Amino acid sequence: MTVEVHDLKDFFRRAPLPFTSSRREQQIPDNVWTKCANCGELTYQKQFNDALKVCPKCGYHSRISSREWIDILADADSFVEHDADLQGIDILGFVSPKDNYEAKLAATSERTGTNDVVMSGSASIEGLPFEIAACNFDFMGGSMGSVFGEKVARAVERAADRGVPVLTINASGGARMHEGIFALMQMAKVSVALTRLARVRQPHISLLVDPCYGGVSASYASVADIILAEPGANIGFAGRRVIEQTIRQKLPPHFQTAEFFLEHGMIDAVVPRSDMRATIGRLLRLYERPTSSADHREHVVAGHQ
Amino acid sequence: MTTLTELLPWDKVQIARNPQRPRTLDYIRVLCEDFFELRGDRHHGDDQALVCGISKIDGRSVAIIGHQKGSDTKENVRRNFGSPHPEGYRKALRVMEHAKKFNMPILTLIDTAGAHPSMAAEERGQAEAIARNLLVMADLPVPIIATVIGEGGSGGALAIGVADRLLMLEHAVYSVASPEASAAILWRDSSKASEAAKAMKITAQDLHSFGIADLIIPEPEGGAHMDVAAIVHAVGNALREQLSTLSTLTLDQLLDQRYAKYRAIGRFRQAQSEIVEA
Repeated sequence: MTVEVHDLKDFFRRAPLPFTSSRREQQIPDNVWTKCANCGELTYQKQFNDALKVCPKCGYHSRISSREWIDILADADSFVEHDADLQGIDILGFVSPKDNYEAKLAATSERTGTNDVVMSGSASIEGLPFEIAACNFDFMGGSMGSVFGEKVARAVERAADRGVPVLTINASGGARMHEGIFALMQMAKVSVALTRLARVRQPHISLLVDPCYGGVSASYASVADIILAEPGANIGFAGRRVIEQTIRQKLPPHFQTAEFFLEHGMIDAVVPRSDMRATIGRLLRLYERPTSSADHREHVVAGHQ
Repeated sequence: MTTLTELLPWDKVQIARNPQRPRTLDYIRVLCEDFFELRGDRHHGDDQALVCGISKIDGRSVAIIGHQKGSDTKENVRRNFGSPHPEGYRKALRVMEHAKKFNMPILTLIDTAGAHPSMAAEERGQAEAIARNLLVMADLPVPIIATVIGEGGSGGALAIGVADRLLMLEHAVYSVASPEASAAILWRDSSKASEAAKAMKITAQDLHSFGIADLIIPEPEGGAHMDVAAIVHAVGNALREQLSTLSTLTLDQLLDQRYAKYRAIGRFRQAQSEIVEA
């Protein structure tokens, strides 16, 4: 069900890239080089950023934050964040010699500048409105606890209320152990919220990015109306190490990649990052109902001119 | 000699996993007037880790879905120790749709360490199979009562556990991951399972105090395996009572309450000081 952050690092064939949050990114000057975590190619930082942090040589898609995703996808200045003030609390009175949940939350919030994994809000692509909830894997391995579940559920409900699609960008190691059964139940919470979206016949588009495992993969992320994934993204229910221990044999490198799941009929398309905005824009247009959103679109397009 | 009231969470895990503990089929044999097993997912195979079927209880047609662990090694191999593959969850899904079509309440019995982690399970979409059941159960238009009879382990349990009522046997446990897996995830040491069992608040009493379990069914002294007839009788009474309560609700009430029940689970802080609880 759940996969530990450290475990994930272990079973990736490619060494994981040290995470660069958008915050830390700003501290890196443009005149430095970035080494690809997959092929070792050195790329000029500015060129790497312009390529949306995809290696120009091997095409490796490095992990980016929820903020960076929103910057890539949404129309300029269209994003309005919601529920940023939700913060996790130590529900269980989690005690262990090594772990202090409250302290960990506080330290991670301080480091990332966000309160939890998910950043959510309203946005548009080419003037077409949608709600978005995007994971930041850098925040405690993208783990799903009460705040995560609440923010995604609210995003889905807002989409239902506004009659617009919802886009979820999913990168997670699974449920957050420190919230125990409450973490597990977030899977059900988001599922009930999605029934409301289905009733107004608006689509849920799920984008799976590296890595997506456990409770997120085994709930809303895998039953969207459209499922997209980034090339090479590691996706699955159980982690590689858990499976290797169970079946006592090494798994092939291709196993549990986006391409593997495309072959096995679990996702609709593998889309390179450079095409993502255009692809999601296409989908929003394909589901657009002229009567309900034409006015809004006109208005926004006019606003850009 | 320790009395039952002094059991540690880890002791409860051992009781919940006791090989002599009554399993899904033990309940079905006694509670059901006639049980017709529905087998296979119509896509891939028949997963014996999950038992599904239709039956009558007090003259009323019901659908039953439960994890089934084996009572000996041979049966455990056949039933994969109660850990389903995707075809098990898809068989359960088929029976849920069946229950919807014929307006039968659904009784589920939860007893699994978790969904099976394997290459085959991944290839056939274990994550999708679990996720699909959560989504379908979220607004399935029939009453659903889930009972944790042994151990409830993670998404593999929840995949038949989104319900209008969650009942737990007194010594049952229900957790986001098995104590061993939790310890491995938290501290990279699965031998610390007993500490994880304590830290993660997995007992029926914990879940009841959180408002997640609706009812605890007391077990015979020494645990359910000490008096199988008594515990099956107690579970039967609890299910009848919940069924009759739920059957007084209109469909809208039923689904609204189910929505509210799950939508409210979670605790967090908003705008500095306000604490939202559920």
